[in-house]
This record gives sequence, structure tokens and C-alpha cells, in this order.
Amino acid sequence: MSDDLTIAVPRGALFDGTLDLLDRLGIDTSEVRSNERKLLFADAGIVTMRPSDVPTYVEHGSADIGITGKDVLLEQSQRHVYELLDLGYGHCRMVVAAREGGDPIGDALRRLGRVRIATKYPRVAAAHFAETGRQAEIVEVKGSVELAPLTGLVDGIVDLTATGRTLEENHLRVVEEIGVCTARLIANPVAHKLKGDRIDRIVEGIRGS
Amino acid sequence: MTHPIPPGTRDVLPDEMRELRAICDRMRACFEDSGYGEIHTPALEYEDVLRLGEERAAGARYRTFDEQGDVLALRSDMTIPVARVVATRYREVEPPLRFCYFARAWRTAERGVGEPREFLQGGLELIGVPGVEGDAEVVALTLAALDEAGLRRHRIGVGDGSLYRSLLMSLGVPVDRHLPLLESLSRRDLVGLDMQVSGLGLRERERELLVRLPELRGGRGVLERAAAPAGDAVEGLRALYELLEERGVADRVIFDLGLVRELGYYTGVVFEVYDPAVGFALGGGGRYDDLLGRFGRELPACGLAMDVQRIHLAQAAEESLA
Repeated sequence: MSDDLTIAVPRGALFDGTLDLLDRLGIDTSEVRSNERKLLFADAGIVTMRPSDVPTYVEHGSADIGITGKDVLLEQSQRHVYELLDLGYGHCRMVVAAREGGDPIGDALRRLGRVRIATKYPRVAAAHFAETGRQAEIVEVKGSVELAPLTGLVDGIVDLTATGRTLEENHLRVVEEIGVCTARLIANPVAHKLKGDRIDRIVEGIRGS
Repeated sequence: MTHPIPPGTRDVLPDEMRELRAICDRMRACFEDSGYGEIHTPALEYEDVLRLGEERAAGARYRTFDEQGDVLALRSDMTIPVARVVATRYREVEPPLRFCYFARAWRTAERGVGEPREFLQGGLELIGVPGVEGDAEVVALTLAALDEAGLRRHRIGVGDGSLYRSLLMSLGVPVDRHLPLLESLSRRDLVGLDMQVSGLGLRERERELLVRLPELRGGRGVLERAAAPAGDAVEGLRALYELLEERGVADRVIFDLGLVRELGYYTGVVFEVYDPAVGFALGGGGRYDDLLGRFGRELPACGLAMDVQRIHLAQAAEESLA
């Protein structure tokens, strides 16, 4: 942990919203915007990474604070990080989806006693089906989850959707909503104390903007 | 060929062992100089006895049976065994009593990084010195022992585990809502806390107080900024600050009004130890005035324990800076 504040910034869907937010706080993001391959921006105190790695770097204190989606935090709920603010942008829904027409999930449960679910969020999916009293076999996939029900691998999926268009294009429909996910500001527990002033200034800056 | 050892355990080879030993020796000398004699207790205790100290046996996770069918548990900290020793072996001895230890303890490695299953704990327990006098002694001695171990930038976070709960009481928040609120607080899920508090139907000023209080941390200033309903606990922290100032270590302390520690036996002040070289707390502790009484000897007590391997991480980082 150096003396300067290091911020973990997620590449991908939250990237632009996060850089806009940092601009409003007076942090110079021009170099980050103009350089797609570079990962570490020492002058601005920014490191960029995929959103699911943000809690890892923040937990270790390699980044003092970071921005990531609530979906990532739900899936990695064992991480020792503090969740400071709901940033509001990156609005998505965590949903259960299945093929259009009929009720593949209900049918599987009724006839086979369990449902097969593909997801990139195995913990969230397992918890959702356990909480609703249904037996589920969770199949973890890394790529496009929409493919899994179309090929008969599974009866349904748990995934994040913003507009629902990808689901629609693959003839899937939302059957349940698990929750709403937005971008969150997280902090390393030790940095939250030792660099409290600087972190508070950012929190106040965001609240005021 | 691999011959695995359980995750969260490790072999220590001579180079590392020498350095760990040196850290323990320096800290032990510091504790001994202040009258804290080192003690050792069995790694295995009767589970029933550990449970006397705390319902969950302080989180002890490894159990076995002996030949009589009694349940034995690997201790998860040294505080409960020390309480047992005080109530039995020191039954007739006048307090105060001061002990230090460097001993292994075992927990499950369920959450996140840096959570070993087996770890070497270095710590101290001060028994029979009530209130801020005792708290200040434990804080000052911990800081001094870490100085001896070669740390330079370490700090101690100080809070009061009863503060938020008494605040909830004074605002008339129904008791059945306390637990989820305190759980969010202990994880510092401030977004979740905010949502729950907003659903309580309080007036805006009270809502603001419950949401903002856990964000207050820093020097003496935060004790001024804490509003009246948090009164008694904050008054105690102010008194502690003054004693720490007399001991010349007040600037090494960060007051943290949102600090709560998970262990059930703490009754007041709680501590966490930080070093900027390590992203997680080196250890922690607090005041546990009811624990000794559960073993039949009513005495106030305060203690603090740290993971020696984490101290080693911080010390190695300090060396590389020098």
C-alpha cells in the first residue's frame, strides 16, 4: 500500500460511467481514455481490470478503493471489502430466464425434481434457488450463457441483463427477477482507516455531484 | 508426487522460522518488561469449557472425541483459555494479572484472503484493571511491542462495540431490527445499512445519524463530531484518548465509531491493528468484562492478539522501504 490513493477501475460496461465520475471528481482520466492496452496509470492513481477482479485487488490492498458491479459483489460475498456507496449507474437486473413458450423450469422441477441452470454467477444462482425451495443443478459457464438453454444443456439461466435485447434475440424470456445491480464504490478495510481523509473526500465528492 | 497439507496451513522452513522467532522474541521481551509473563495452555480443550466462555466456543471449528467420548476442540484463540487459567490456577491471587502468549490457534479458512486455518497468535491479556486505564495500557503496550518488532507505521483502530446498539436503543428502533443492521455494519455494507435504516421510518436527522456515524473515524475530532445520543460510549473514548495522550501514543490511534468485532464476548472498547503494508488487520481485541465471571471469577479484563505471520509481512515491507 503506497501513500497515494490507488483506484481500481473496471473495464467493460462500467468503464465509461466510471471515468465520467472520476472526471467530475477532478481526477485526470485522459490518459486512461486514450490508452486501451495500458493497465497501470501511476500519475492518475488508477489501475484498470475486469470488474470481477476489482474485489480481489481491493481486498488485498493493492488498490485502496474500487468500482465494480453489485453482481460481482453478490457473487464474491466472502470478500473482506467495505461497500461505501451505490453509484447509481450501470443499472442491470439479475434475472432467471428460459426459452420462450412453455415453462421449461417448472416442467423440469415437476417431472425431474430438479432444474438445471447455467450461469456465470454460481453462488447467486444457487442461493436464489435454495431460498425459493427448489433443487437446482448449477452449471458454470464462462462465455455466452444464452447458448446453454438453446442447445439443451440446461432448462434456464441466471444472468445479468440491461436492456433484455440479447435474451430476446436468442428467444429467451425473463421469468423471475432476482435483484437490481448498479455500480458500487468499495474500499479496503485498512485503507478505509489509514487513508480515511482521502477516501471521505471522494465519497463526499460523489454524494455532492 | 504431491503430498498435500490442508489449505490454510503451511510448513515453515528455517529462514522464515528464524525471522518469526526474532519477532516473537522482541515482542515477548517487551511484554515481559511490562510485567506480562508468558503462559501456554493446551491446544485441545474440552468443548464445554470453551463454550462457557462464548456460545460458539469463540468460533472453534475442529473437534474430536477422546476415549471417554468427551468432545475436544482445538482452541480458536487464547483469550478463553487464559480466562479459564485465571479462574482456576490463579483463584486466590490478587489482581491485576498480566499475561502474554505466543501460541497457535485454529479457525476455518472460510472468508477471503489471509485467513489461515492455523496461525501463530501473539497477544496479551490484562485482567483486573477496569475501564480506560486498562484499555490504555493494552493499546500502548501493543504499539510498543510492534515498534520492537520493527514496524514503523502501525496504527490501532479503536471503537466501542456497544455504541451502535445503544444508539439503536435510544432511537427506539425495535429490537428485532437490530441484528440485520449490526450485521451490515460489521461487514461495513454501508449501502445495505443505508437501505435498512431508510426503511425504519425515522425522522431525517435520526436516519442521518445512523447512516453517518459508522463513517466517523480519525483523530480526536471524530469524538467531537459524534452526536449526543451516542453519549456514554463516546465519553469513554474521550477519556481513553486523554490517557493515551499522557502516554504519548494518541497520534497512533484512529477512532472508528463504526468498528464492531464479531466475537461475542466483547463488552465495550474494541481494537484492530493496522499497518499500511498489509491490506488486512494484523489482529484485534477489546474489553471483555463478563468473560471471567462465566468461569466463576468476576474480574474486568482487556486483551489484544495478533497474527505473527502478518506482523512479519509488515516488518518485511518496512525493511524494503528502509
